[in-house]
Amino acid sequence: MPTITYIEFNGTSHSIEVENGLSVMEGAVNNNVPGIDADCGGSCACATCHVFVDDAWLARCGTPDTQEKSMLGFAATAQENSRLACQITVTDALDGLVVRMPEAQH
Amino acid sequence: MSTEGPEAGIVIIGGGHAGGSAAAFLRQYGYKGPLTLVGTEPLLPYQRPPLSKAWLKGEATAESLALRPARFYTQQNVETRLGVTATALDREAHSVTLSDGTTLPYTKLILALGSRARPLPLPGRDLGGVMELRTAADADRLQAALKPGARLAVVGGGFIGLEVAASAIALGATATVIEREARVLARVACPALSAFVQDYHRAKGVDVRLATGVEALEGAAGQVTGVRLADGGLVPCDLALIGVGALSNDALAQAAGLDCANGIVVDIAARTSDPDIYAVGDCTNRPLPMYGQMVRLESVPNAIEQAKQAAADITGRASPMPEIPWFWSDQFDLRLQMAGLPFGATQTVLRGVPDVAGFAIFHLGADNTVLAVEAINAPADFMAGRVLVAKQKQVAPALLADLSSDMKSLAA
Repeated sequence: MPTITYIEFNGTSHSIEVENGLSVMEGAVNNNVPGIDADCGGSCACATCHVFVDDAWLARCGTPDTQEKSMLGFAATAQENSRLACQITVTDALDGLVVRMPEAQH
Repeated sequence: MSTEGPEAGIVIIGGGHAGGSAAAFLRQYGYKGPLTLVGTEPLLPYQRPPLSKAWLKGEATAESLALRPARFYTQQNVETRLGVTATALDREAHSVTLSDGTTLPYTKLILALGSRARPLPLPGRDLGGVMELRTAADADRLQAALKPGARLAVVGGGFIGLEVAASAIALGATATVIEREARVLARVACPALSAFVQDYHRAKGVDVRLATGVEALEGAAGQVTGVRLADGGLVPCDLALIGVGALSNDALAQAAGLDCANGIVVDIAARTSDPDIYAVGDCTNRPLPMYGQMVRLESVPNAIEQAKQAAADITGRASPMPEIPWFWSDQFDLRLQMAGLPFGATQTVLRGVPDVAGFAIFHLGADNTVLAVEAINAPADFMAGRVLVAKQKQVAPALLADLSSDMKSLAA
């Protein structure tokens, strides 16, 4: 199973094996990683699973669609490497992915 | 204290989104003691929003519906007691009696009792094929009945009724929505949004009857065959969904003498009138400091926010930042997103033209403070509105209405 590393805003790091096919958001929620709220359960309606993707991994995570881009455009502290974790599907190609959490999701 | 029985710890009554989230946040925030989650339904906490949409249409699985997988509760050392209901609360003894006759002691208690469908005292409501939609079991019954060609009658033009009507059309059934008020979503949306949504449903084949009262449910051989209207008309149907709002499940709290008024009264840290008892989610009547009002909100974001408040207070963490209430709904290819509440709004500003391509309606106070936004297929306007509401920004109506205005700079 691919290993995803989630780094909280305070620096606490969680390396977790996440099943292929789940989203990066589900990997965090299923393992109680703090900092990803996922109010809407993964339907790209809330922007509370905002993460920063390490640059080396950005291209492999795919391109955000219009809905995601629109939501991210107004997320607090959004950057070039911002993504919604519910829109990134875990595959073997993402083994080793590192995502960092913003200070707050709201 | 007695040395018999289980060691007292935190007990959560209610296995919905609020209760499940409270368990997760307590562990995230470092609570290491005994933690028991009691749920009336036989299922681990799951997401209710898909029940009227993806689940009904067969596009979700039990796994994707679950909030977290079963192993989560083992790994996080959360004891789950499913299929049992709390029947009595003894505040003096710090214990809860369950429907299986057992008693659970608690140090702190979190009531996440949820809400139930508002009953409609109509003749014929016990006929077969008359349904409500709160639980996965309700959704399974509804799904089994929504075969192609089935005739669905929905009493109540709220979110659930409209979502189910849209799903029914997608499944090849027919749908009639019967609404007592002159517009759908009358309690939750502004007239312009209601007008757009009801027109859209009609264009997609839903028969929307407005300002129409319901007299009775009629049946034959114990099965519903139609909805008799107040004007004497009949809407023939094979199944009838009643969706006329929800009531707080606060009976347990009332019986125990906790302050209740349209739900269990809590403060901004989800504390009830008993210092050892918290309440979270649909069952509460909670303050919204930004609006200076008490409100009973039925939404997932509210359940999660209050779960955080309770877990933070119990573990001695700083209270989380207050959030702006928000809601979403998917109907056909429409995504509705709303943020804020239009308390005290005196101005309505339309941004864009009402069309499936996307538009938003902003609600402003007399001093141009943005109080709420309602967006359809306009996620950027929704997000901008959420920021404007949170910052209590004042924006000139003409600027908001002007599509060439850069929302990012307005929200900055």
